[in-house]
Amino acid sequence: MLRLQAVGEVIKMMTSALRSRKSLYFYVVVIAIAFAYSVNSVSTVAVAASSITFGLPLAMAAMVGIMCERTGVVNIGIEGTLLTSAFFGFFVAALSQNLIWGLLAAIASGAVTGLLLALLTVSWKMDQIIAGTIVNILATGLTSFFYKQGYSLPAIFPRWSIPGLSDIPFLGRVFFQSGPITYFGLILIFVLYVAMYHTAWGLRTRAIGEYPSSAETSGISVKKFKYINVVIAGAFGGLTGAYLALELVGSFDRGFSAGKGFTALAIMIFGRWNPIGALLAAIFFGFAQALANQLMIDGLVAIPGPFINMLPYVLTIVVLAFSAGKVRGPAAAGQPYEREQA
Amino acid sequence: MKLVRAWITPLIALVIAFGIGAILMITQGSDPLRAYESLFTTAFSTQEGLAKTFGKATPLAISGLAVVIGLRAGLFNIGAQGQLISGALAAAWAGYAITGLPMIAHVPLCLIIGAIFGSLVGYIAGALKAYRGIHEVITTIMLNSIVLQFAEYLSNGPLKEEGSIIAKTPPIADSAKIGSIAGLPIGFLLSGLLAVGVWWIFKKTTTGFRFETVGKNKNAAWYAGIAVKRNTVFAMVACGALAGFGGAVETLGVVGKFEPAFNQGLGFDGITIALLARANPLAVIPGAILFGGMRGAGPTMQFTAGVSPEIIDLILAIVLFFVTAPIISRIFKLKSDSNAQVTSGWGSN
Repeated sequence: MLRLQAVGEVIKMMTSALRSRKSLYFYVVVIAIAFAYSVNSVSTVAVAASSITFGLPLAMAAMVGIMCERTGVVNIGIEGTLLTSAFFGFFVAALSQNLIWGLLAAIASGAVTGLLLALLTVSWKMDQIIAGTIVNILATGLTSFFYKQGYSLPAIFPRWSIPGLSDIPFLGRVFFQSGPITYFGLILIFVLYVAMYHTAWGLRTRAIGEYPSSAETSGISVKKFKYINVVIAGAFGGLTGAYLALELVGSFDRGFSAGKGFTALAIMIFGRWNPIGALLAAIFFGFAQALANQLMIDGLVAIPGPFINMLPYVLTIVVLAFSAGKVRGPAAAGQPYEREQA
Repeated sequence: MKLVRAWITPLIALVIAFGIGAILMITQGSDPLRAYESLFTTAFSTQEGLAKTFGKATPLAISGLAVVIGLRAGLFNIGAQGQLISGALAAAWAGYAITGLPMIAHVPLCLIIGAIFGSLVGYIAGALKAYRGIHEVITTIMLNSIVLQFAEYLSNGPLKEEGSIIAKTPPIADSAKIGSIAGLPIGFLLSGLLAVGVWWIFKKTTTGFRFETVGKNKNAAWYAGIAVKRNTVFAMVACGALAGFGGAVETLGVVGKFEPAFNQGLGFDGITIALLARANPLAVIPGAILFGGMRGAGPTMQFTAGVSPEIIDLILAIVLFFVTAPIISRIFKLKSDSNAQVTSGWGSN
């Protein structure tokens, strides 16, 4: 349950964050954007807007990883969840000629992949990495076998300009002229943050991820919690797939998710298993991609296409190489949980 | 009895997967019996079909072995694909750029260069795992994409054949090509030798013993005085060298040049084969022959029975599911194989 008190706490936390030493980064970023904007406003707005567009699916996919790992389940099957849900989202929307059905199908199919992962890892106590790989390979097999060419969507989700806010220079174009799933996804990320650190659910989830037998002792049903969280995370992954297929791209192809599910795991680690941290990390990834694209478009540098395509993957490895070792994930992630027999 | 138990789960998994495949074919309006008949007669009954089957099985067997080494050493090497491409491209370069060598020198040189370039890719993942604690599944998947993009750049840029429209390297010299002996591709014979070699390493050498000890229990290995980090790096280098060698064999024996569109998916089938073989190097060979046959005869099956060859992807995925998930042992009341953790978590080691 979200109380007003929690919202107040977030505001209090944000104001105190703006006074902390880390906020230096924030001011540097703001000044850099202001400077770039004064030099070339068109490109700056384009880069900033695409940073969000590219970064959002990564951030949302990273939430899947955070929710799972915080309850002690390593989810390497995010890629499969994205692929499956984008597939169902696209084809249901194309066959019914209705985007809402597509969206619902994507969320439901994402939840099913979560259920499969929960079954394999929680009930059957399989190696979690192999379980996730199975989700991925099954998703690849299913979507490539049932894939048919020649279908198209009636439309993609339109952008909603929020009256008033969308007229603000820079910020209006970057934040307030987006599609419905973008708004919804961003809101959900903040909701997840508040829920993770300010509700009983969050406390229990984190307890299970750190020390499941102790959580069990205090009366939490570890198994049930893991199931619920992994399935909700899958549904969230389904929303991400819907964003990719129905709002961002508007089509589907074999191998459509292109490794985003794995990059999301790097973003989760870079963001220290914290929803807001992961959101910032994802926007950074989106920014790198957007900047490279813009430099190409403006003809400022001639980078061969493959190197642009490589960028998110290289960045993933570099970021992990620098952040891993300094951060610590949930202690019980990856280990099957066995209730002790009395 | 032990042998029977080792074979029974994979066999049941195959039967179930083909059954599900048949049901899917019926729902799509095709005749599964005709499809499977076409698949297996094409793959295993004619001289020509068998040659193709063994040709396709070669890189699958070698990349399967590359995954097996990793699994034994506690590493889940998803990167056989990238390591294989790296080796295939390097071997193609050595095959066309170096000329004037006799075959007896040129072929081994190309194979060794392929193995070295494959092992470089493996080294990156191994070093990041050992010294930075980054899980090899993430790094190897990222490296797969990076290597593929880099190979596309090279084969469409510096190494592109002059005058070619598509991205590919020039064809390799005749002195670098490997053929067949009595209908069996030499590459396949090499993969058989490699399988025995890997089996021998794990059965008889201290290197293999160290790999397995680290794979089973890092702390115990460390306590026993094994350099855990160095072993992790070494194991990934060995995986990469094998997969790169497999790519080189594919280039020299089948493709004859490097083209990014080829070699796709070989490393991923290697994962399925390795898990189907339960990380036993000798069992990789029959698995690879089966998969190679299916991959090779897929297009014919599409032609005769109208089933899209992607059904094979799906069948293999189902096989993998039933081999690794402890369902079969539950249903058939087999003494269950222990759910060993082959991999470790990240960020916390």
